[in-house]
Amino acid sequence: MDTILRCEHAAFHYPDTDGAVLHDLSLSIERGSFTAVLGHNGSGKSTLAKLFNAILLPDSGKVYVDGMDTSDEAHLFDIRRRIGMVFQNPDNQIVSSVVEEDVAFAAENLGVPPDEIRRRVDDALATVGMTEFVRHAPHLLSGGQKQRIAIAGVIAMEPDCIVLDEPTAMLDPAGRRDVMQTLHRLRNELGITVVLITHHMDEALQADRVVVISDGRIVLDGAPGDVFTHCDTLASYSLSAPETVLLLSALQDAGLDVPLTAMTPEACADAIAAALSE
Amino acid sequence: MNLSNITLGQYFPGDSAVHRLDPRYKIVLTLLYIVTLFLAGGVFSYLVCAAILLVVIFLSRISLRMVAKSVAPIGVLILITAVLNIFYTPGENILWQWWVLKITTEGILSAIRMIARIIMLVAGSSILTYTTSPIQLTDAIESLLSPLRVIRVPVHEISMMMSIALRFIPTLIEEADKIMSAQKARGADFESGNVFRRVKAMIPLLVPLFISAFRRADELALAMECRCYNGGKGRTRLHKLKAAPKDHVIFFTVLLLFAAISVAGRFGY
Repeated sequence: MDTILRCEHAAFHYPDTDGAVLHDLSLSIERGSFTAVLGHNGSGKSTLAKLFNAILLPDSGKVYVDGMDTSDEAHLFDIRRRIGMVFQNPDNQIVSSVVEEDVAFAAENLGVPPDEIRRRVDDALATVGMTEFVRHAPHLLSGGQKQRIAIAGVIAMEPDCIVLDEPTAMLDPAGRRDVMQTLHRLRNELGITVVLITHHMDEALQADRVVVISDGRIVLDGAPGDVFTHCDTLASYSLSAPETVLLLSALQDAGLDVPLTAMTPEACADAIAAALSE
Repeated sequence: MNLSNITLGQYFPGDSAVHRLDPRYKIVLTLLYIVTLFLAGGVFSYLVCAAILLVVIFLSRISLRMVAKSVAPIGVLILITAVLNIFYTPGENILWQWWVLKITTEGILSAIRMIARIIMLVAGSSILTYTTSPIQLTDAIESLLSPLRVIRVPVHEISMMMSIALRFIPTLIEEADKIMSAQKARGADFESGNVFRRVKAMIPLLVPLFISAFRRADELALAMECRCYNGGKGRTRLHKLKAAPKDHVIFFTVLLLFAAISVAGRFGY
Protein backbone atom coordinates (compact mmCIF):
# COMPACT_ATOMS: atom_id res chain seq x y z
CA MET A 1 0.00 0.00 0.00
CA ASP A 2 1.33 3.41 -1.01
CA THR A 3 0.52 5.71 1.90
CA ILE A 4 0.52 9.47 1.53
CA LEU A 5 -0.50 10.44 5.07
CA ARG A 6 0.48 8.53 8.17
CA CYS A 7 -0.24 9.30 11.81
CA GLU A 8 1.69 7.23 14.30
CA HIS A 9 0.40 7.31 17.88
CA ALA A 10 -0.34 11.02 17.56
CA ALA A 11 -1.64 12.77 20.66
CA PHE A 12 -2.62 16.41 20.92
CA HIS A 13 -4.04 18.88 23.41
CA TYR A 14 -4.57 22.62 23.00
CA PRO A 15 -2.43 24.79 25.27
CA ASP A 16 -4.18 26.07 28.42
CA THR A 17 -6.91 23.44 28.23
CA ASP A 18 -7.42 20.25 30.18
CA GLY A 19 -7.83 16.98 28.43
CA ALA A 20 -6.35 15.76 25.19
CA VAL A 21 -8.21 16.24 21.89
CA LEU A 22 -6.48 13.30 20.22
CA HIS A 23 -5.30 10.17 22.05
CA ASP A 24 -2.66 7.89 20.59
CA LEU A 25 -4.21 8.05 17.13
CA SER A 26 -2.76 5.97 14.32
CA LEU A 27 -4.06 6.23 10.78
CA SER A 28 -2.74 5.69 7.26
CA ILE A 29 -4.31 7.18 4.16
CA GLU A 30 -3.66 5.42 0.89
CA ARG A 31 -2.61 7.44 -2.15
CA GLY A 32 -5.48 8.04 -4.57
CA SER A 33 -8.18 7.07 -2.06
CA PHE A 34 -11.30 8.94 -0.99
CA THR A 35 -11.59 8.82 2.78
CA ALA A 36 -14.32 10.35 4.90
CA VAL A 37 -13.55 11.21 8.51
CA LEU A 38 -16.76 11.25 10.49
CA GLY A 39 -17.39 12.48 14.00
CA HIS A 40 -19.72 14.65 16.03
CA ASN A 41 -18.76 18.16 17.16
CA GLY A 42 -15.71 18.19 19.42
CA SER A 43 -14.63 14.70 18.42
CA GLY A 44 -11.22 15.99 17.31
CA LYS A 45 -11.75 15.61 13.58
CA SER A 46 -10.79 19.21 12.70
CA THR A 47 -7.71 18.98 14.90
CA LEU A 48 -6.71 15.84 13.01
CA ALA A 49 -7.03 17.78 9.73
CA LYS A 50 -4.67 20.44 11.06
CA LEU A 51 -2.07 17.82 11.95
CA PHE A 52 -2.01 16.69 8.32
CA ASN A 53 -0.35 19.83 6.97
CA ALA A 54 1.71 20.93 9.93
CA ILE A 55 -0.57 23.73 11.12
CA LEU A 56 -0.49 21.84 14.40
CA LEU A 57 2.21 19.43 15.55
CA PRO A 58 1.40 16.41 17.72
CA ASP A 59 2.46 16.51 21.40
CA SER A 60 3.73 12.99 21.04
CA GLY A 61 3.84 10.57 18.16
CA LYS A 62 4.54 11.52 14.56
CA VAL A 63 2.72 12.59 11.44
CA TYR A 64 4.31 11.81 8.08
CA VAL A 65 3.40 13.31 4.73
CA ASP A 66 4.85 11.30 1.87
CA GLY A 67 7.50 10.09 4.31
CA MET A 68 8.37 13.63 5.52
CA ASP A 69 8.04 14.32 9.23
CA THR A 70 5.71 17.32 9.76
CA SER A 71 7.76 18.50 12.73
CA ASP A 72 10.74 19.11 10.43
CA GLU A 73 10.67 22.85 9.55
CA ALA A 74 12.74 22.26 6.43
CA HIS A 75 9.86 20.40 4.82
CA LEU A 76 7.13 22.85 5.84
CA PHE A 77 6.42 24.36 2.41
CA ASP A 78 6.84 21.06 0.61
CA ILE A 79 4.25 19.53 2.96
CA ARG A 80 1.81 22.42 2.58
CA ARG A 81 2.16 22.29 -1.19
CA ARG A 82 1.39 18.58 -1.28
CA ILE A 83 -1.49 18.65 1.19
CA GLY A 84 -4.03 21.30 0.19
CA MET A 85 -6.52 22.45 2.81
CA VAL A 86 -10.08 23.73 2.33
CA PHE A 87 -11.99 25.13 5.30
CA GLN A 88 -15.61 25.47 6.28
CA ASN A 89 -16.30 29.15 5.65
CA PRO A 90 -15.66 29.98 1.99
CA ASP A 91 -15.66 33.75 2.67
CA ASN A 92 -12.74 33.54 5.05
CA GLN A 93 -10.36 31.76 2.72
CA ILE A 94 -10.71 33.90 -0.39
CA VAL A 95 -7.88 36.43 -0.50
CA SER A 96 -8.50 38.48 -3.59
CA SER A 97 -11.36 40.47 -5.06
CA VAL A 98 -11.02 38.83 -8.49
CA VAL A 99 -11.59 35.08 -8.95
CA GLU A 100 -8.54 34.42 -11.12
CA GLU A 101 -6.23 36.36 -8.78
CA ASP A 102 -7.47 34.29 -5.86
CA VAL A 103 -6.94 30.99 -7.65
CA ALA A 104 -3.44 32.21 -8.58
CA PHE A 105 -2.55 33.13 -4.98
CA ALA A 106 -0.96 29.84 -3.91
CA ALA A 107 0.90 29.41 -7.20
CA GLU A 108 2.22 32.99 -6.86
CA ASN A 109 3.45 32.22 -3.35
CA LEU A 110 5.33 29.21 -4.68
CA GLY A 111 7.15 31.39 -7.21
CA VAL A 112 5.68 29.68 -10.28
CA PRO A 113 6.46 31.61 -13.53
CA PRO A 114 3.53 33.77 -14.83
CA ASP A 115 2.82 31.66 -17.97
CA GLU A 116 2.64 28.52 -15.86
CA ILE A 117 0.37 30.27 -13.32
CA ARG A 118 -1.97 31.24 -16.17
CA ARG A 119 -2.16 27.60 -17.31
CA ARG A 120 -2.74 26.31 -13.79
CA VAL A 121 -5.45 28.88 -13.06
CA ASP A 122 -7.30 28.02 -16.28
CA ASP A 123 -6.98 24.27 -15.66
CA ALA A 124 -8.08 24.56 -12.03
CA LEU A 125 -11.12 26.67 -12.91
CA ALA A 126 -12.07 24.19 -15.66
CA THR A 127 -11.77 21.29 -13.18
CA VAL A 128 -14.18 22.90 -10.71
CA GLY A 129 -16.46 24.07 -13.54
CA MET A 130 -16.05 27.80 -12.88
CA THR A 131 -14.27 28.91 -16.07
CA GLU A 132 -16.93 31.48 -16.97
CA PHE A 133 -16.39 33.30 -13.64
CA VAL A 134 -12.69 33.98 -14.20
CA ARG A 135 -12.99 37.78 -13.81
CA HIS A 136 -15.89 37.85 -11.34
CA ALA A 137 -15.84 39.30 -7.86
CA PRO A 138 -16.01 36.39 -5.37
CA HIS A 139 -18.45 38.14 -3.03
CA LEU A 140 -21.13 38.03 -5.73
CA LEU A 141 -20.96 34.22 -6.05
CA SER A 142 -23.07 31.69 -4.15
CA GLY A 143 -21.62 29.69 -1.24
CA GLY A 144 -21.14 26.57 -3.36
CA GLN A 145 -19.41 28.58 -6.09
CA LYS A 146 -17.12 30.27 -3.55
CA GLN A 147 -16.19 26.90 -2.10
CA ARG A 148 -15.35 25.63 -5.60
CA ILE A 149 -13.13 28.70 -6.10
CA ALA A 150 -11.40 27.85 -2.82
CA ILE A 151 -10.87 24.29 -4.09
CA ALA A 152 -9.51 25.65 -7.40
CA GLY A 153 -7.06 27.82 -5.44
CA VAL A 154 -5.77 24.68 -3.74
CA ILE A 155 -5.53 22.59 -6.92
CA ALA A 156 -3.45 25.36 -8.52
CA MET A 157 -0.68 24.25 -6.11
CA GLU A 158 -0.89 20.84 -7.82
CA PRO A 159 -1.19 18.97 -4.51
CA ASP A 160 -1.11 15.19 -4.10
CA CYS A 161 -3.83 15.28 -1.52
CA ILE A 162 -6.61 17.64 -0.51
CA VAL A 163 -8.00 17.73 3.03
CA LEU A 164 -11.40 19.39 3.43
CA ASP A 165 -12.67 20.40 6.85
CA GLU A 166 -16.48 20.34 6.63
CA PRO A 167 -16.51 22.16 3.29
CA THR A 168 -20.26 21.82 2.85
CA ALA A 169 -21.39 22.78 6.36
CA MET A 170 -22.43 26.30 5.31
CA LEU A 171 -23.84 25.43 1.88
CA ASP A 172 -27.33 24.83 0.51
CA PRO A 173 -28.17 21.39 -0.99
CA ALA A 174 -27.32 22.47 -4.55
CA GLY A 175 -23.95 23.87 -3.42
CA ARG A 176 -23.22 20.68 -1.47
CA ARG A 177 -23.95 18.53 -4.50
CA ASP A 178 -21.67 20.63 -6.73
CA VAL A 179 -18.82 20.46 -4.23
CA MET A 180 -19.18 16.68 -3.83
CA GLN A 181 -19.18 16.21 -7.62
CA THR A 182 -16.05 18.34 -7.83
CA LEU A 183 -14.33 16.17 -5.21
CA HIS A 184 -15.13 12.99 -7.16
CA ARG A 185 -13.73 14.61 -10.30
CA LEU A 186 -10.49 15.53 -8.49
CA ARG A 187 -10.04 11.95 -7.37
CA ASN A 188 -11.11 10.23 -10.57
CA GLU A 189 -9.57 12.56 -13.18
CA LEU A 190 -6.52 14.02 -11.44
CA GLY A 191 -5.82 11.15 -9.05
CA ILE A 192 -5.75 13.50 -6.06
CA THR A 193 -6.21 11.80 -2.68
CA VAL A 194 -9.28 13.22 -0.93
CA VAL A 195 -9.75 13.35 2.84
CA LEU A 196 -13.20 14.71 3.60
CA ILE A 197 -13.99 15.67 7.16
CA THR A 198 -17.74 15.81 7.60
CA HIS A 199 -20.71 15.04 9.76
CA HIS A 200 -23.05 14.38 6.84
CA MET A 201 -23.73 10.66 6.50
CA ASP A 202 -24.75 10.88 2.85
CA GLU A 203 -21.38 12.46 2.00
CA ALA A 204 -19.47 9.83 3.94
CA LEU A 205 -21.43 7.22 2.04
CA GLN A 206 -19.77 8.34 -1.21
CA ALA A 207 -16.25 7.63 0.09
CA ASP A 208 -14.28 4.38 -0.31
CA ARG A 209 -13.43 4.36 3.35
CA VAL A 210 -15.04 5.81 6.45
CA VAL A 211 -13.12 6.54 9.63
CA VAL A 212 -15.28 7.36 12.63
CA ILE A 213 -13.66 9.40 15.37
CA SER A 214 -15.01 9.95 18.85
CA ASP A 215 -13.20 11.68 21.71
CA GLY A 216 -9.95 11.70 19.79
CA ARG A 217 -9.92 7.97 19.08
CA ILE A 218 -10.73 5.97 15.98
CA VAL A 219 -13.76 3.87 16.86
CA LEU A 220 -14.77 2.46 13.48
CA ASP A 221 -12.80 2.17 10.26
CA GLY A 222 -13.78 0.44 7.06
CA ALA A 223 -15.79 0.59 3.85
CA PRO A 224 -19.10 2.51 4.21
CA GLY A 225 -20.93 -0.80 3.78
CA ASP A 226 -19.25 -2.18 6.91
CA VAL A 227 -19.22 0.93 9.07
CA PHE A 228 -22.84 1.96 8.62
CA THR A 229 -24.27 -1.43 9.50
CA HIS A 230 -23.17 -0.80 13.10
CA CYS A 231 -26.24 1.31 13.86
CA ASP A 232 -26.03 0.92 17.63
CA THR A 233 -22.32 1.59 17.82
CA LEU A 234 -22.76 4.76 15.72
CA ALA A 235 -25.63 5.89 17.93
CA SER A 236 -23.44 5.51 21.03
CA TYR A 237 -21.03 8.06 19.43
CA SER A 238 -23.90 10.51 18.78
CA LEU A 239 -23.94 9.68 15.09
CA SER A 240 -26.83 8.15 13.26
CA ALA A 241 -26.53 5.69 10.40
CA PRO A 242 -27.98 6.76 7.04
CA GLU A 243 -31.78 6.68 7.00
CA THR A 244 -31.78 3.77 4.54
CA VAL A 245 -29.80 1.64 6.98
CA LEU A 246 -32.04 2.66 9.89
CA LEU A 247 -35.08 1.61 7.88
CA LEU A 248 -33.58 -1.73 6.87
CA SER A 249 -32.46 -2.38 10.42
CA ALA A 250 -35.97 -1.69 11.75
CA LEU A 251 -37.41 -4.04 9.12
CA GLN A 252 -34.89 -6.70 10.14
CA ASP A 253 -35.93 -6.37 13.76
CA ALA A 254 -39.55 -6.76 12.66
CA GLY A 255 -38.64 -10.06 11.05
CA LEU A 256 -38.14 -9.16 7.40
CA ASP A 257 -35.05 -10.69 5.79
CA VAL A 258 -33.27 -7.66 4.24
CA PRO A 259 -29.52 -6.98 3.97
CA LEU A 260 -28.19 -3.88 5.80
CA THR A 261 -25.71 -3.11 3.03
CA ALA A 262 -28.16 -1.37 0.66
CA MET A 263 -27.08 2.22 1.27
CA THR A 264 -28.51 4.30 -1.55
CA PRO A 265 -32.28 4.92 -1.61
CA GLU A 266 -32.54 2.99 -4.90
CA ALA A 267 -30.66 -0.07 -3.61
CA CYS A 268 -32.70 0.10 -0.42
CA ALA A 269 -36.00 0.13 -2.33
CA ASP A 270 -34.86 -2.81 -4.46
CA ALA A 271 -33.82 -4.80 -1.40
CA ILE A 272 -37.17 -4.25 0.32
CA ALA A 273 -39.08 -5.12 -2.89
CA ALA A 274 -37.04 -8.31 -3.27
CA ALA A 275 -37.64 -9.32 0.36
CA LEU A 276 -41.38 -8.65 0.11
CA SER A 277 -41.84 -10.60 -3.11
CA GLU A 278 -40.40 -13.74 -1.55
CA MET B 1 -30.84 52.68 5.99
CA ASN B 2 -29.69 50.23 3.41
CA LEU B 3 -26.00 49.47 3.53
CA SER B 4 -25.90 47.53 0.28
CA ASN B 5 -25.90 50.63 -1.90
CA ILE B 6 -22.70 51.99 -0.40
CA THR B 7 -20.08 51.79 -3.11
CA LEU B 8 -16.41 52.16 -2.40
CA GLY B 9 -13.54 52.19 -4.85
CA GLN B 10 -16.02 52.03 -7.72
CA TYR B 11 -14.51 50.49 -10.78
CA PHE B 12 -16.20 50.21 -14.15
CA PRO B 13 -14.62 47.38 -16.10
CA GLY B 14 -13.82 48.29 -19.67
CA ASP B 15 -11.24 48.05 -22.38
CA SER B 16 -10.67 51.68 -23.36
CA ALA B 17 -7.30 53.33 -23.94
CA VAL B 18 -7.55 54.85 -20.44
CA HIS B 19 -8.29 51.45 -18.88
CA ARG B 20 -5.32 49.90 -20.63
CA LEU B 21 -2.73 52.51 -19.62
CA ASP B 22 -0.24 51.20 -17.07
CA PRO B 23 -1.79 51.92 -13.63
CA ARG B 24 1.49 53.31 -12.29
CA TYR B 25 1.51 55.96 -15.02
CA LYS B 26 -2.16 56.62 -14.34
CA ILE B 27 -1.48 57.32 -10.67
CA VAL B 28 1.52 59.54 -11.40
CA LEU B 29 -0.33 61.44 -14.13
CA THR B 30 -3.33 61.98 -11.86
CA LEU B 31 -1.07 63.42 -9.17
CA LEU B 32 0.68 65.64 -11.73
CA TYR B 33 -2.69 66.78 -13.08
CA ILE B 34 -3.63 67.95 -9.58
CA VAL B 35 -0.33 69.82 -9.27
CA THR B 36 -0.90 71.37 -12.70
CA LEU B 37 -4.36 72.54 -11.64
CA PHE B 38 -2.79 74.46 -8.77
CA LEU B 39 -0.11 75.99 -10.99
CA ALA B 40 -2.62 77.06 -13.63
CA GLY B 41 -3.12 80.82 -13.61
CA GLY B 42 -5.16 82.42 -16.37
CA VAL B 43 -8.22 81.51 -18.35
CA PHE B 44 -6.15 79.85 -21.06
CA SER B 45 -4.44 77.28 -18.78
CA TYR B 46 -7.75 76.46 -17.07
CA LEU B 47 -9.41 75.84 -20.41
CA VAL B 48 -6.60 73.53 -21.49
CA CYS B 49 -6.91 71.61 -18.19
CA ALA B 50 -10.66 71.26 -18.73
CA ALA B 51 -10.11 70.18 -22.34
CA ILE B 52 -7.64 67.48 -21.23
CA LEU B 53 -10.16 66.21 -18.70
CA LEU B 54 -12.94 66.07 -21.30
CA VAL B 55 -10.73 64.22 -23.77
CA VAL B 56 -9.77 61.65 -21.12
CA ILE B 57 -13.40 61.18 -20.07
CA PHE B 58 -14.34 60.72 -23.73
CA LEU B 59 -11.54 58.19 -24.28
CA SER B 60 -12.46 56.24 -21.13
CA ARG B 61 -16.08 55.84 -22.33
CA ILE B 62 -17.26 56.65 -18.80
CA SER B 63 -20.48 58.66 -19.06
CA LEU B 64 -20.32 62.33 -18.05
CA ARG B 65 -23.17 61.61 -15.66
CA MET B 66 -21.02 59.15 -13.69
CA VAL B 67 -18.26 61.74 -13.42
CA ALA B 68 -20.78 64.35 -12.29
CA LYS B 69 -21.97 61.89 -9.64
CA SER B 70 -18.47 61.73 -8.19
CA VAL B 71 -18.44 65.52 -7.81
CA ALA B 72 -21.94 65.77 -6.27
CA PRO B 73 -21.04 64.62 -2.72
CA ILE B 74 -18.65 67.55 -2.29
CA GLY B 75 -21.25 70.12 -3.38
CA VAL B 76 -21.37 71.62 0.12
CA LEU B 77 -17.60 71.94 0.21
CA ILE B 78 -17.65 73.73 -3.14
CA LEU B 79 -20.35 76.10 -1.91
CA ILE B 80 -18.45 77.00 1.28
CA THR B 81 -15.24 77.53 -0.69
CA ALA B 82 -17.07 79.78 -3.13
CA VAL B 83 -18.66 81.90 -0.38
CA LEU B 84 -15.39 82.29 1.51
CA ASN B 85 -13.57 83.29 -1.66
CA ILE B 86 -16.20 85.81 -2.67
CA PHE B 87 -16.22 87.61 0.66
CA TYR B 88 -12.67 87.28 1.84
CA THR B 89 -10.61 88.05 -1.24
CA PRO B 90 -9.16 91.54 -0.85
CA GLY B 91 -9.77 93.67 -3.92
CA GLU B 92 -10.20 97.23 -5.22
CA ASN B 93 -13.14 96.86 -7.52
CA ILE B 94 -16.07 96.84 -5.08
CA LEU B 95 -19.36 95.76 -6.62
CA TRP B 96 -21.55 95.52 -3.53
CA GLN B 97 -21.01 96.31 0.15
CA TRP B 98 -23.00 95.83 3.35
CA TRP B 99 -21.54 96.15 6.85
CA VAL B 100 -18.27 94.12 6.85
CA LEU B 101 -19.28 92.10 3.80
CA LYS B 102 -18.21 93.20 0.38
CA ILE B 103 -18.09 91.60 -3.02
CA THR B 104 -15.27 92.47 -5.36
CA THR B 105 -14.53 91.47 -8.94
CA GLU B 106 -11.35 89.81 -7.71
CA GLY B 107 -13.40 87.79 -5.20
CA ILE B 108 -15.78 86.51 -7.86
CA LEU B 109 -12.91 85.60 -10.17
CA SER B 110 -11.06 83.78 -7.42
CA ALA B 111 -14.23 81.90 -6.43
CA ILE B 112 -14.77 80.74 -10.02
CA ARG B 113 -11.14 79.66 -10.25
CA MET B 114 -11.39 77.71 -7.00
CA ILE B 115 -14.64 75.97 -7.99
CA ALA B 116 -13.19 74.97 -11.36
CA ARG B 117 -10.08 73.67 -9.63
CA ILE B 118 -11.97 71.51 -7.13
CA ILE B 119 -14.39 70.09 -9.72
CA MET B 120 -11.56 69.17 -12.10
CA LEU B 121 -9.50 67.74 -9.24
CA VAL B 122 -12.29 65.43 -8.06
CA ALA B 123 -13.41 64.49 -11.56
CA GLY B 124 -9.80 63.76 -12.56
CA SER B 125 -9.16 61.49 -9.61
CA SER B 126 -12.50 59.75 -10.05
CA ILE B 127 -11.42 58.83 -13.59
CA LEU B 128 -8.44 57.04 -12.00
CA THR B 129 -10.61 54.89 -9.71
CA TYR B 130 -13.31 54.39 -12.36
CA THR B 131 -10.85 52.95 -14.86
CA THR B 132 -8.43 51.07 -12.59
CA SER B 133 -9.38 47.90 -10.70
CA PRO B 134 -8.54 47.85 -6.98
CA ILE B 135 -6.04 45.06 -7.63
CA GLN B 136 -4.26 47.13 -10.28
CA LEU B 137 -4.25 50.12 -7.94
CA THR B 138 -2.66 48.23 -5.05
CA ASP B 139 -0.17 46.55 -7.40
CA ALA B 140 0.74 49.95 -8.83
CA ILE B 141 1.15 51.46 -5.36
CA GLU B 142 3.34 48.52 -4.35
CA SER B 143 5.45 49.03 -7.44
CA LEU B 144 5.69 52.83 -7.03
CA LEU B 145 6.64 52.53 -3.36
CA SER B 146 9.11 49.71 -3.91
CA PRO B 147 12.19 52.02 -3.69
CA LEU B 148 11.19 52.60 -0.04
CA ARG B 149 12.11 48.98 0.65
CA VAL B 150 15.67 50.21 0.95
CA ILE B 151 14.73 52.06 4.13
CA ARG B 152 12.86 48.95 5.36
CA VAL B 153 9.32 50.07 4.64
CA PRO B 154 7.27 46.83 4.39
CA VAL B 155 5.90 47.73 0.96
CA HIS B 156 4.61 44.28 0.04
CA GLU B 157 2.83 43.89 3.37
CA ILE B 158 1.18 47.31 3.04
CA SER B 159 -0.14 46.48 -0.41
CA MET B 160 -1.31 43.03 0.75
CA MET B 161 -3.20 44.66 3.63
CA MET B 162 -4.79 47.15 1.26
CA SER B 163 -5.97 44.49 -1.16
CA ILE B 164 -7.35 42.28 1.65
CA ALA B 165 -9.15 45.29 3.11
CA LEU B 166 -10.72 45.98 -0.30
CA ARG B 167 -11.63 42.31 -0.64
CA PHE B 168 -13.45 42.28 2.72
CA ILE B 169 -15.36 45.57 2.41
CA PRO B 170 -18.36 43.96 0.64
CA THR B 171 -18.27 40.95 2.98
CA LEU B 172 -18.32 43.14 6.08
CA ILE B 173 -21.03 45.42 4.67
CA GLU B 174 -23.16 42.36 4.01
CA GLU B 175 -22.55 41.17 7.55
CA ALA B 176 -23.35 44.58 9.08
CA ASP B 177 -26.61 44.55 7.13
CA LYS B 178 -27.43 41.11 8.52
CA ILE B 179 -26.64 42.09 12.12
CA MET B 180 -28.73 45.24 11.74
CA SER B 181 -31.70 43.25 10.50
CA ALA B 182 -31.27 40.84 13.40
CA GLN B 183 -31.15 43.72 15.91
CA LYS B 184 -34.13 45.43 14.29
CA ALA B 185 -36.11 42.20 14.55
CA ARG B 186 -35.42 42.35 18.28
CA GLY B 187 -36.68 45.90 18.47
CA ALA B 188 -33.47 47.90 18.10
CA ASP B 189 -33.98 51.42 16.77
CA PHE B 190 -31.23 52.83 14.55
CA GLU B 191 -33.15 55.70 13.01
CA SER B 192 -34.77 57.90 15.63
CA GLY B 193 -33.45 60.15 18.37
CA ASN B 194 -30.67 62.70 18.29
CA VAL B 195 -27.13 62.08 17.09
CA PHE B 196 -25.93 60.73 20.45
CA ARG B 197 -28.77 58.26 20.71
CA ARG B 198 -28.16 57.05 17.20
CA VAL B 199 -24.43 56.63 17.79
CA LYS B 200 -25.24 54.72 20.98
CA ALA B 201 -27.63 52.50 19.03
CA MET B 202 -24.70 51.53 16.78
CA ILE B 203 -22.78 49.88 19.62
CA PRO B 204 -24.72 46.58 19.48
CA LEU B 205 -23.96 46.58 15.75
CA LEU B 206 -20.26 47.35 16.02
CA VAL B 207 -19.36 44.90 18.79
CA PRO B 208 -20.43 41.73 16.96
CA LEU B 209 -19.01 43.13 13.72
CA PHE B 210 -15.59 43.65 15.33
CA ILE B 211 -15.58 40.23 16.96
CA SER B 212 -16.45 38.59 13.68
CA ALA B 213 -13.83 40.62 11.80
CA PHE B 214 -11.15 39.32 14.15
CA ARG B 215 -12.38 35.75 13.73
CA ARG B 216 -12.33 36.19 9.97
CA ALA B 217 -8.80 37.60 10.10
CA ASP B 218 -7.68 34.58 12.08
CA GLU B 219 -9.22 32.10 9.64
CA LEU B 220 -7.93 34.00 6.62
CA ALA B 221 -4.39 34.00 8.01
CA LEU B 222 -4.63 30.24 8.48
CA ALA B 223 -5.95 29.74 4.94
CA MET B 224 -3.14 31.93 3.56
CA GLU B 225 -0.55 29.93 5.47
CA CYS B 226 -2.03 26.72 4.08
CA ARG B 227 -1.56 28.16 0.62
CA CYS B 228 2.14 28.63 1.30
CA TYR B 229 2.05 32.40 1.87
CA ASN B 230 5.38 33.55 3.24
CA GLY B 231 5.49 37.30 2.65
CA GLY B 232 6.67 38.91 -0.55
CA LYS B 233 9.91 36.99 -0.88
CA GLY B 234 10.20 34.83 -3.98
CA ARG B 235 6.64 35.62 -4.98
CA THR B 236 5.66 35.77 -8.66
CA ARG B 237 2.55 37.40 -10.06
CA LEU B 238 -0.11 36.22 -12.49
CA HIS B 239 -0.40 39.72 -13.92
CA LYS B 240 2.91 41.43 -13.72
CA LEU B 241 2.75 45.17 -14.36
CA LYS B 242 4.64 45.81 -17.54
CA ALA B 243 4.60 49.20 -19.25
CA ALA B 244 4.42 48.93 -23.05
CA PRO B 245 6.37 51.37 -25.27
CA LYS B 246 3.03 53.05 -26.01
CA ASP B 247 2.57 53.71 -22.25
CA HIS B 248 5.95 55.49 -22.11
CA VAL B 249 5.05 57.65 -25.13
CA ILE B 250 1.68 58.61 -23.66
CA PHE B 251 3.23 59.36 -20.29
CA PHE B 252 5.95 61.65 -21.59
CA THR B 253 3.62 63.44 -24.01
CA VAL B 254 1.13 64.21 -21.27
CA LEU B 255 3.98 65.12 -18.91
CA LEU B 256 5.26 67.73 -21.41
CA LEU B 257 1.74 69.06 -21.85
CA PHE B 258 1.35 69.48 -18.07
CA ALA B 259 4.74 71.19 -17.85
CA ALA B 260 3.73 73.59 -20.62
CA ILE B 261 0.44 74.42 -18.89
CA SER B 262 2.21 75.03 -15.59
CA VAL B 263 4.71 77.39 -17.21
CA ALA B 264 1.94 79.22 -19.08
CA GLY B 265 -0.05 79.40 -15.84
CA ARG B 266 2.89 80.99 -14.00
CA PHE B 267 3.01 83.70 -16.66
CA GLY B 268 -0.66 84.41 -16.12
CA TYR B 269 -2.13 82.86 -19.25
